[in-house]
Amino acid sequence: MEHNHITLPEGSIEKTTTTLNIGPTHPATHGVFQNIMEVDGERIVSSDQTVGYIHRAFEKLAERRPLYQITPITDRLNYCSSPINNMGWHITCERFLNIETPKRVDYLRVIIMELARISDHLICNSIVGVDTGAYTGFLYVMQYRELIYEIYEEICGSRLTTNIGRIGGFERNFSNTAFTKLEKFLNEYPKVLKEFENLFTRNRIFMERTQGTGGISAERAMNYGFTGPNLRAAGVDYDVRVHQPYSSYQDFNFTVPVGTTGDNYDRFLVRNAEMWESISIIKQAYEKVQAFKGTDAEVYHADVPEYYLPKKEDVYTKMEALIWHFKIIMGEIDLPKGQIYSPVEGGNGELGFYLISDGGRTPFRLHFRRPCFIYYQAYPELIKGGMLSDAVVTMSSLNLIAGELDA
Amino acid sequence: MSLNNEIIQEKLIAKFGDQVGQFAISYGMLSFEAPKEMNLKVLQFLYDEPGLEFTFLTDICAVNYPDQKGAELVVVYHLHNLKENVRVRFSVSTSLDNTDVFTATKLFESANWMERETYDFFGINFVGHPNLKRILNVDEMDYFPLRKEFPLEDQTRIDKDDEMFGRG
Repeated sequence: MEHNHITLPEGSIEKTTTTLNIGPTHPATHGVFQNIMEVDGERIVSSDQTVGYIHRAFEKLAERRPLYQITPITDRLNYCSSPINNMGWHITCERFLNIETPKRVDYLRVIIMELARISDHLICNSIVGVDTGAYTGFLYVMQYRELIYEIYEEICGSRLTTNIGRIGGFERNFSNTAFTKLEKFLNEYPKVLKEFENLFTRNRIFMERTQGTGGISAERAMNYGFTGPNLRAAGVDYDVRVHQPYSSYQDFNFTVPVGTTGDNYDRFLVRNAEMWESISIIKQAYEKVQAFKGTDAEVYHADVPEYYLPKKEDVYTKMEALIWHFKIIMGEIDLPKGQIYSPVEGGNGELGFYLISDGGRTPFRLHFRRPCFIYYQAYPELIKGGMLSDAVVTMSSLNLIAGELDA
Repeated sequence: MSLNNEIIQEKLIAKFGDQVGQFAISYGMLSFEAPKEMNLKVLQFLYDEPGLEFTFLTDICAVNYPDQKGAELVVVYHLHNLKENVRVRFSVSTSLDNTDVFTATKLFESANWMERETYDFFGINFVGHPNLKRILNVDEMDYFPLRKEFPLEDQTRIDKDDEMFGRG
């Protein structure tokens, strides 16, 4: 009898290792990207990654859009902290156009950006918990992400892809409800974060799962272009908020937490410590916002008629406002010539916008420096020789966001 | 002594003479150009030279200027000295016929994917790159989509039937 064999690739029988795919859609990836791992038993011999499953050609799209239409694109980079991306883009435009924003706008932006940072770190750290088998923390802190999203909703009307703010300021002033919710958050969240830390930080099982896995030295991390919490966990105190302050971050007192070993545990600790700093920054910013009295307390945007939409009632009643409204909406404002690289401290690290204008109405070229994309290439080095289950924890503690990987 | 744009410019001119040029400062960042054959020498010098120490590669990307004949593609490096907190922008240009540019992967691990991305979108052939293949687009793609020869649909075109879009 003749056997019909399945044709196997050359060398498959003799091979002593196993090829394992984690992703493109797999519960462990928390996003759409593929890890091809060569495992010997449960130990990882080598690995490779495939990215690009949700590439949406943002850089090409941006070449056809006036500046204000690019903001919704930035939402979809790191969608766990969209407001930082939005503000980063507005700040890039303002730097490029030499627009000075009022202090109150800066402080309101700081509140929003730090809330976004908390929601980003909160997800990352609680997912690290989930991947080590502790689900409770994740469900518990999720309520507070919900509260942060409600604050976004009060300000801009949406929750995840926020498109928050405009060039020059905010689309509207913060409502009283927004401030009430912010106060509620500031009152309740510290206790919850403390409890979250109690669950994890000195938890024997958690420590043994995360300590000494996925570590990287400061030199290698810098060579790999790490930024943000992942670089700081390796012991380098680089933070864009300190090194190149934007949105009046120089007015705030905060420390930059650093780790030593760059392993999963240090990344977890750094993110937690950053959340405490963020809470403190939000408190300071809220105090500063409350200190504005009279007409100053009503300021929520800069006076830039070329880029900031006039009030709707003015559009209906005043000729000039109508003209500006039309010109902005139709994208008929010519940009100055020039190029600028403008970074902000995103949830994952240095989010940079490299904008080149040739004097047209849209960017000639816009490049996003996506921190995730740059540090994900270190992943094979981080997990090599380790256990498969540790690789999963390393993946989540790097905070890989597929939207940011692929742009 | 803190590092500033003048010192960087002086050191570069002292080392490379008139091979580096087009010095300009925009929004506080020094930018300059060099011939593409020199890119590794310049990067290495910026990396090693005491006092300069641009050891952090922030970004690599490319730009396509279709009107610059013979220098249509420009590769832009953003470098950062983290100690002194100074950034520079360094660029080399190349023609469409010969897109060879030396790879910076030996100097910076981070250049690996950045160069793959640049290759993917602009077709810059990074000579010596360990794994130069497409990264975000599909492998079968046979063009380089971010070049200006592929315009997005013209927003002002009139041959589209508005009825198809629920208007009119």
